Amino acid sequence: MTMIRFHDVSKIYHIGGEEVHALDHASMHISPGEFVSIIGPSGSGKSTMMNIIGCLDVADSGEYLLDGLPIEQYSERELTRVRNRKIGFIFQNFNLIQRMTAEENVELPLIYQGVRTAQRRQRVWEALERVGLSKRGHHRPTELSGGQQQRVAIARALVTEPSLFLADEPTGNLDSRTGNEIMELFHELHERGNTLVLITHDEKVAQQACRRIRIFDGRVEEVDG
Amino acid sequence: MIFQSLKMAWSAILSNKMRSFLTMLGIIIGVVSLVVLVSIVSGATDSVTEQINSIGTNLLTVRITDDKENPLKLSELSEIAEKEEIGETAPIAQTGATAKSGYTSDDITVYGTTGAYYNIQGLTLAAGRFLKKSDMDNNTYVAVLNQTAAEEIFGTTNVIGEEISLDGRGFRIVGVLAEEESAVSSLISGTLEAYIPYTTIIRMADNIFHITSFYASSADEDSMDAAESTLKTWMLERFGNDEDAFTIINQSALMETMGSVTNTLALMLGGIAGISLLVGGIGIMNIMLVSVTERTKEIGIRKAIGAGRASIMMQFLIEALMVSLMGCLAGIVLSVGILYLAGMAMEEMSFHISMGVVWVAVGFSVLIGVVFGIYPAGKAAGKPPIEALRYSG
Repeated sequence: MTMIRFHDVSKIYHIGGEEVHALDHASMHISPGEFVSIIGPSGSGKSTMMNIIGCLDVADSGEYLLDGLPIEQYSERELTRVRNRKIGFIFQNFNLIQRMTAEENVELPLIYQGVRTAQRRQRVWEALERVGLSKRGHHRPTELSGGQQQRVAIARALVTEPSLFLADEPTGNLDSRTGNEIMELFHELHERGNTLVLITHDEKVAQQACRRIRIFDGRVEEVDG
Repeated sequence: MIFQSLKMAWSAILSNKMRSFLTMLGIIIGVVSLVVLVSIVSGATDSVTEQINSIGTNLLTVRITDDKENPLKLSELSEIAEKEEIGETAPIAQTGATAKSGYTSDDITVYGTTGAYYNIQGLTLAAGRFLKKSDMDNNTYVAVLNQTAAEEIFGTTNVIGEEISLDGRGFRIVGVLAEEESAVSSLISGTLEAYIPYTTIIRMADNIFHITSFYASSADEDSMDAAESTLKTWMLERFGNDEDAFTIINQSALMETMGSVTNTLALMLGGIAGISLLVGGIGIMNIMLVSVTERTKEIGIRKAIGAGRASIMMQFLIEALMVSLMGCLAGIVLSVGILYLAGMAMEEMSFHISMGVVWVAVGFSVLIGVVFGIYPAGKAAGKPPIEALRYSG
């Protein structure tokens, strides 16, 4: 059983009449419960890979299986549903909605799932508790530090109990001490049996994962940790 | 989900209060002008209609322009009145005179008519009696004054039995009319009027020789057209089939004309107000488009965590609808206030908001919210999530 399977996946962008192979026949697989980092310099195609794994984009050719489901033929509506139920995103710049409180931000994916109010409150509180921010629920992102904002984002990702956490340079905007705290949280998530994919260009961060997948010019090489 | 969308829209509106208010202002002004203008026109129409009604809608006025050397006689008027469709008939003639009593004198309008005039015009007496048939038969010198005349000349309305001199002839006052309380009569109040027997005015005035105009009432208000055609047939027969010898004015036809004029006016003013609502709607669209661009990132985040096209569409559409409906509500409340003040300023007229125009305003606002909200909402919903997430603005 694999969580993620890429088989011969290609993605080509046309920029100024020139073809750019963002992903060039990439193949790899990730099993449930793994903590994997995808590492590569900027322009290597790791963002494209993340977008495809996260169902924000679809591949031009090749096969992508998520939880055993082939993704490439999905309609926009189905992709939305997969993002909502199966994937928890954590972004470099946190991507919280500024005019909403921490609680409201965490609540949002549950609203789109159609969870009832009482259950929603309970789950939001639990999620904030797990990232150690249960007392900060009523604060807006501007009233929180970078580390705290990233914790809120992690709470928003884990509140739906997704099959996969997808983190894109989660420590990129944080100082090293706060970055380490966030990494602690990821280890905690991993220990609880969650699948984590961490995308980074930073070797030190990448080394903390159990397995590393290196990507260069759209080609994938496995590096065993 | 609807409740959540409402909550989201509300928080978005609150997050930029000034801008939301300015956007709403377009709708507020549109709704106020629609409701106030239409209400004022319909209020004015109501009060004018009421006054015409009080004169009597079953009134036919006949004016004879060419009597073919064979003028109408009073007995012929009675003959007309005997017809089934006709209620009563009364001749009317008027002349100016100087009224005198003791040392007071004043200009007065003297009307010569018969007793039927009282019912046809729907008059009411304050004291005494109106003219009688015996007054006609005997050419008596009796007069009925209106209230203004009694007050101006005698200083009191208690004048039954007093003598009054009209152009030097002595008349005995037998009745005083009650003042009518309507805007039309208050406009022409101040005129002094005396009513004397028709036969007497012919003797008194040197320019009145025979009947040149008279009033007729229909048997009831529904048979106006039948009464008019009966009267017309009779008159044609009487005056050698010459249609130009006389004119018949139908009061209810006048009402209909009036009605169509005021309806056109209301439609025209409503249309102008509608245009300002439309402009308000364009304002909403403009601001929604700006808002969608500003919130591109938010849309990207929402899509990434699982908001579908429909949810995003709904969120922005509800926001547009909410702005236009809130504007509409504020506009209606403001209109009530303005009409209340207008009603206080102009006592003769009463303005009340017609529920019809309120529903039109609400319906129009919903339409505007949807029509002008759907394009920005569609634009928001169609944003590809990756590009939206990458947006930094």
